[in-house]
Amino acid sequence: MDPYDTPESTPRHGASSRLKDYFIGATPLRKRLESVRKQASFVPTPPRRKIPQCSQLQEDNDPQKFAFLLHKQWTLYSLTPLYKFSYTNLKEYSRLLSAFIAAEKQKGLAVEVGEDFNIKVTFSTLLGMKGTQRDPEAFLVQILSKSQLPSENRGQKVLWTGWFCCVFGDSLLETVPEDFTCVPLFLANGAETNTAIVGTWFQKTFDCHFSSLAINAFNLSWMAAMWTACKMDQYMATTEFLWSVPCSPQSLDISYAIHPEDAKALWDSVHKTPGEVTQEEVDLFMDCLYSHFHRHFKIHLSATRLVRVSTSVASAHTDGKIKILCHKYLIGVLAYLTELAIFQID
Amino acid sequence: MSPQKRVKDSKAQKRTSQDSDSYKTNLLALKEEDLNDSKCSLKQGQNDPVKDYGHADDEAEDALKRAVRYFEKGPVETSRSRDKTLEKHLKTVENVAWKSGLAPEGIDILLNVALSGKFGNVVNTRILKCMIPTTLISEDSVVKAVSWLCVGKCSGSTKVLFYRWLVAMFDFIDHKEQINLLYGLFFASLEDDALCPYVCHLLYLLTRKENVKPFRVRKLLGLQAKMGMQPHLQALLSLYKFFAPTLISVSLPARKKIYFRNSENLWETALLAVRQRIQGPPPEPVKLMLGPANVHPVKRKWNSYSVIPMLNSSSCSKECGKKGMALSDYLRSNGSFPLEQLKSFPQLLKNIHCLELPSQMGAVLNNSLLLHYINVVKDESILLRLYHWLSQTLQEECIWYKVNDYEHGKEFANLLDTIIRAEYFLQEGFYSCETFLYKSLPLWDGLCCRSQFLQLVSWIPFSSFSEVKPLLFDHLAQLFFISTIYFKCSVLQSLKELLQNWLLWLSTDIHMKPVMDSPLDTTLGGSVNTVSELIDYIGWLSTTAMRLESNNTFLLHFILDFYEKVCDIYINYKLPLVVLFPPGIFYPALLSLDSSILNQLCYIMDRYRKNLTAAKKNELVQKTKSEFNFSTKTYKEFNHYLTVMVGCLWTSKPFQKGLYIDHEVIEKAGVADYKSSLNLVHHPALLSYTVSFLLQEWPEERRVNMSSVRGKKWNWYLDYLFSEGLQGLKLFIRSSIHRSSTPLTREHKPHHQH
Repeated sequence: MDPYDTPESTPRHGASSRLKDYFIGATPLRKRLESVRKQASFVPTPPRRKIPQCSQLQEDNDPQKFAFLLHKQWTLYSLTPLYKFSYTNLKEYSRLLSAFIAAEKQKGLAVEVGEDFNIKVTFSTLLGMKGTQRDPEAFLVQILSKSQLPSENRGQKVLWTGWFCCVFGDSLLETVPEDFTCVPLFLANGAETNTAIVGTWFQKTFDCHFSSLAINAFNLSWMAAMWTACKMDQYMATTEFLWSVPCSPQSLDISYAIHPEDAKALWDSVHKTPGEVTQEEVDLFMDCLYSHFHRHFKIHLSATRLVRVSTSVASAHTDGKIKILCHKYLIGVLAYLTELAIFQID
Repeated sequence: MSPQKRVKDSKAQKRTSQDSDSYKTNLLALKEEDLNDSKCSLKQGQNDPVKDYGHADDEAEDALKRAVRYFEKGPVETSRSRDKTLEKHLKTVENVAWKSGLAPEGIDILLNVALSGKFGNVVNTRILKCMIPTTLISEDSVVKAVSWLCVGKCSGSTKVLFYRWLVAMFDFIDHKEQINLLYGLFFASLEDDALCPYVCHLLYLLTRKENVKPFRVRKLLGLQAKMGMQPHLQALLSLYKFFAPTLISVSLPARKKIYFRNSENLWETALLAVRQRIQGPPPEPVKLMLGPANVHPVKRKWNSYSVIPMLNSSSCSKECGKKGMALSDYLRSNGSFPLEQLKSFPQLLKNIHCLELPSQMGAVLNNSLLLHYINVVKDESILLRLYHWLSQTLQEECIWYKVNDYEHGKEFANLLDTIIRAEYFLQEGFYSCETFLYKSLPLWDGLCCRSQFLQLVSWIPFSSFSEVKPLLFDHLAQLFFISTIYFKCSVLQSLKELLQNWLLWLSTDIHMKPVMDSPLDTTLGGSVNTVSELIDYIGWLSTTAMRLESNNTFLLHFILDFYEKVCDIYINYKLPLVVLFPPGIFYPALLSLDSSILNQLCYIMDRYRKNLTAAKKNELVQKTKSEFNFSTKTYKEFNHYLTVMVGCLWTSKPFQKGLYIDHEVIEKAGVADYKSSLNLVHHPALLSYTVSFLLQEWPEERRVNMSSVRGKKWNWYLDYLFSEGLQGLKLFIRSSIHRSSTPLTREHKPHHQH
């Protein structure tokens, strides 16, 4: 998957004629600037992407390994590179973060690091959750409640889960030096206060910055097309679109459900380039849906706002919420989300 | 432990060394007096500012000496007379103490007396209350006093008072090394409930990194569990957390509490007096911080209290990053300099190699010292951290991204102001601001935060014009053309500043030539080209704006301001570049009705001439065929402008070449003799000057005869114009027109003809 397949991007002004380059040269900062310029001057998203496929890396793994990440609603955040994060210190981070959470929960009362609280924080890596070997390992943070009774040691309840990942993040990895760990995509499930506390701790400890990652209608259409294009052994859910019509006193939602096989058939009819999805195909696919709807209900959906897309692969909401359903395409879905997150932090 | 043993290293010590010499004499005298009971007449050193009272003063001194000696000896007399003498001596001590403070020796003796329990509680209290130093307190006295506490001869209330006194006078103790050795002793006193708040405060002042130990942390937490959330404990705990973030975590409420109240200070006025004795009148507080006070009432998401993070040197991530670093190693490593202690530029210079960096790099925006630091530091990761944080923050705070959310408008403007202040301070733009402009300029309405936004434009870092043009300038141009004249003027103003910043940057960098190993010529050529492209672009904007605003004078002022910068590039910035203004600016300025415009034009022409002459001279000297030889076109253009100007202002032969006006048009306009009617006298911008001149010089003349201004009168008229402040005109005429003794219509040929 080559996220920035822009044919126009020839090396910029060859042997750079600028004085500044001699000072900053090909420094990371310079590289970042170049990449932002590239994005700002051309079409923001590449005109073609590959249809998600099962990645080699993932097939090595036990399919049940990441099952707990499926069928859960995740709130998406983009995250700038972590400074001086180290995978060897995960245990220490657990201690510090749990003390931090305990201190936050009882504002003003100091707590000892390593003290026994009624919560526990765990850090663990999600081995194999990546697109290429260059991608840093994904990792998981969980807040668990500790049961008061010693006999119930087994039954630790998960209060909050968040994970950090980077799937095919080459464009970002190239521009960031070693001191930084690039996990631009952060997904959280649980109370938002916990997300805020964990986020604050990360921001303070690794000098990074979280921003919520909204998905605009344009990208939702892309998701709809790409996910419809995925080959499925068996469909688990209907394909459904949700449009929002802004009107008072309450906005009106239009839901549009299609049998997944019909959606796939429609896609196959507009799809030409094998293995790839192009902008024209996405537009055509959506236009077909629009005209079909107009024929029946005389409503121009193109004048409304697409807010949610659900398929058997995954479902995504414009607010930056996602639920992944299909294990097979987990990496593919994450790759696109990583791309969106990188675009946001550029 | 003798009071005489002193290490004269601290500044305060030096400042008062003469004083302490005199104290020594004083003490000597005291002992002498002891021996023969004769009246001591030794005078105080002259440098003592408060002891210059003559005879009355001597008496007071003697009284004090007697009083001190009385207390030292302890009570010997019978109770009746004892009360009287005691009262008398106490009064003496109190008076002197509150008036001018006590010498270290006096304090040493009296402190011993108060804590040894020789006298009653009331007396001890009164003595302690007046332990006000002239300038300093000796560390030894404090150590001795503390040792008395252990003996158990003084009451609880005396102990409390002593600790309060110690906290209040902490700054005046000459050294703290030995006191710090007693840390454990003080810490143990936390057990005493009555003492706890004051001991906490003392420890708060005394604690160093090496004092923070796991067992102490545990003890404090135990106390917290026992007593609940007490501000004094909170203060000490958060200090511990600062020194050892891996041991303890505490989250303080949003509004910072006052941990130790000032009102509990019994010695407030006395302290002020002591400080004044030490430093003279209080100086203006040094304004070190760039930013405004951290007042951000809006409750924000993710519980950060302000957009810009607080300065916190949390060394946590750094320390944790080192694999296998034991806790004890961590506690011992106090080689680095904590940020919170960084208060002055000399401190920065001294500790620049071991400065602890803020945990969140964004905090540097509010701290000018750290801005200095990031200005010189070569560490790319520091800049990258700042870049990421700033890009994201700008994006998140930018209000026109959030539809209908103008609540944060003021906050956003404040953020931009802070950034601009920092850029101005560094004289350098941030890349994140540039990328922010790429994204936000196309969406900008031209109104919101206008002044800040245009300032950001003027701080765009130097880069290839052709690359930046489609991303920035084209969007700005769209707004420029459809906006009011005031907007146009502000844009031109900020573009002028941009040009200036780029020029400064380039001109300083050229002198760093030896650093680079690549041939400079091509790069410099490229840079100069970029600048010339920028000037051409602004020239194009200006020409179009002049047409749109029908040659508005106000606008023209701003345009000429810009060219005032442009015409002097060769001389002021030593860059091989002369770009002339386009005809669309030159002619409207030449024929303007406003004399100040004409004056400015003359000034600019004069400067162009000086720059071109200098360039020519350099070329002849160097004789090297560099790529920067100005094309003959530039000289030709200049000469053409010059000829036109001389024709219009001096020789009355305007537009000899290259301008054809239909005769019919001229007849219709009734100015058939237009050729002779354009010169310094008849120029529309100067007409009023001519009239005033004639009226002033020949008030009796009934008719104002303009054409009479020639010959000698012409010279007088010129002087009149110059005296009216048309200095640009003066410079222009002096340099471009060679006048013979008969000064009419002698045109001088311009120098540079090719």
